[in-house]
Amino acid sequence: MGLILEVEGLHVDLPLPAGRLQAVRNVGFEVSQGETLSLVGESGCGKSLTALALMDLLPPRAIRRAGKLVFEGRELSGAAEDAMAQLRGDRMAMIFQEPMTSLNPCYTIGNQLVEAYLQHRRASEREARERAVFLLETVGITAAGSRLKQFPHQLSGGLRQRIMIAMGLMCGPSLIIADEPTTALDVTIQAQILALLADLQREFRMGLILITHDLGVVARVAHRLCVMYCGQVVETGTTKEVFARPLHPYTQGLLRCIPVPGRVEPGSELGSIPGLVPTPIGVLKGCTFRNRCPKGRPECAVENPHLREIGPNRALRCLDALAAAA
Amino acid sequence: MIVYTLKRLALALVVAVIVSLVSFMLIRVSGDPAIALAGEASSAEQIQHIREQYGFDRPLLVQYLDWSWRALQGDFGESPYFRLPVSQIMGDRIGVTMTLGGCSLAFAVLLSLPLGILAAVHPNTWVDRLALAIAVLGQAMPSFWFGLIMIIFFSVTLRWLPVSGTGSWRHFVMPTIALGYYATPAFMRLIRSGMIEVLSSDYIRTARAKGLRWPKILFKHALRNAIIPVVSLAAVQFGFMLGGSIIIESVFALHGIGYLAWESIGRSDLPVVQAIVLMLSLIYVVLTLLSDILNAVLDPRIRVK
Repeated sequence: MGLILEVEGLHVDLPLPAGRLQAVRNVGFEVSQGETLSLVGESGCGKSLTALALMDLLPPRAIRRAGKLVFEGRELSGAAEDAMAQLRGDRMAMIFQEPMTSLNPCYTIGNQLVEAYLQHRRASEREARERAVFLLETVGITAAGSRLKQFPHQLSGGLRQRIMIAMGLMCGPSLIIADEPTTALDVTIQAQILALLADLQREFRMGLILITHDLGVVARVAHRLCVMYCGQVVETGTTKEVFARPLHPYTQGLLRCIPVPGRVEPGSELGSIPGLVPTPIGVLKGCTFRNRCPKGRPECAVENPHLREIGPNRALRCLDALAAAA
Repeated sequence: MIVYTLKRLALALVVAVIVSLVSFMLIRVSGDPAIALAGEASSAEQIQHIREQYGFDRPLLVQYLDWSWRALQGDFGESPYFRLPVSQIMGDRIGVTMTLGGCSLAFAVLLSLPLGILAAVHPNTWVDRLALAIAVLGQAMPSFWFGLIMIIFFSVTLRWLPVSGTGSWRHFVMPTIALGYYATPAFMRLIRSGMIEVLSSDYIRTARAKGLRWPKILFKHALRNAIIPVVSLAAVQFGFMLGGSIIIESVFALHGIGYLAWESIGRSDLPVVQAIVLMLSLIYVVLTLLSDILNAVLDPRIRVK
């Protein structure tokens, strides 16, 4: 399995009038060919900004710093906009949360699909159209040829998201980043889109970074996951291991929030995590989860816990859990 | 698209009929046309004679139908002042006004488009402020004053351009700038705010994620969406430039429709005033129709409504 993406020490800061908001702090992970990595966390935990930072698509105010950002063997942290534009849509593609607004209302589906291909390939309009039809069929759209002439407003949300996926695949990228691809869709469509993403990822042997707040989604498709809290990775591991033996109190809390047949008694109350995510502005001291943590210790307010490797592909950022494991 | 166009066309026809009726009635209620024609000093019999001669004694609706039927055939009556058919007088003047209006609109759009886009790409920077300053200067200066300043500078001092008249294209340079510059700020602000809004939209992010370069993102994806309200504004502004160019036409002594209207009102030349009001309102109707169709071409979502 070849390594596609290596990220180390990724920071994203947003300068605000109240101070510097540290939206993403020292995040690192790896993605291999044919592997699905999930970034999980609540809204505002920095997972979407992490994704945008990988593509260098952050909003203009945001400041990105990366210790290491190697994609297909190339260091991207200082890459020029033109070099990034060459990779975007060709080697790495992104699927967004809002299929309703992510397509330009003024152009046909065909125009927008073909454009993605012609930007990176020396090909005729006809070849690009054939490629578009092929991919529309691949993502399960019937009558693909006539869909090319349709406008986004003539299509449902599920169809538009399939088109977004087809658009991402136009040039055969090695990495797909899907930012909450199913959040705006209704439940039955969600399941279809997820199954489609998982199938395509296997078929084309791509790396997939799936960003979601939905642990049910993670359980279904991800090989590994990074649980993010307040801009940091707090726990990583294979999906199987983390779900079977969550170690960080935050991960444990998240898992208590979802009903699992067999584990949660019917009729019993689902768990919830009390309190709110703190806003990471200014100097941060101690563990950012301590105020909501059932296992908080006095030293949690003083010491910043480090992300410790506790096994192959397994890491943890918690003083209490590490003390218990030692 | 064809259905949409036909619907708009039908609506425009209805509006045109109503507009012609209202403009006819308004002019009729503003004074007795027989007195205006006969003159202040004429006797009651003379007025009565004219009233019967021109058919002003008939019911208003009959007069309207008679007048509109003839107008449809291009006959707007005869001007009592010029002793010439109104259609002939208008024909001589309309070209001047259309040239001035068209050039001014083109000037305003061509100036505001780059300014608006530049300002939107660099919002709240010195580029933005400079673009805004250039545009606001146009709004802050009364157009007649700006026109006179230009005459003093370019005609009197530098002797580059003729002061007045319609002899050649050089006669139209200053009037075009004076009239067009005044309309620039509205366009520039609309383009700027439209572009800023569109540039922060999700589909622009999608375009960037595809690896498209800035020129294509700006001109293909952003501008097409941002330009839609500008088309509607252009239709209104063009109508305003045709009807409202009286001041500029007077300053530069351009014998256009605006100047003619101003003179004809002073002379109580009712058939001419009537014809000008009708024509300008019909031009408005046509412009609105054209902008609706153009918008539907630009934005497929409009076609369904």
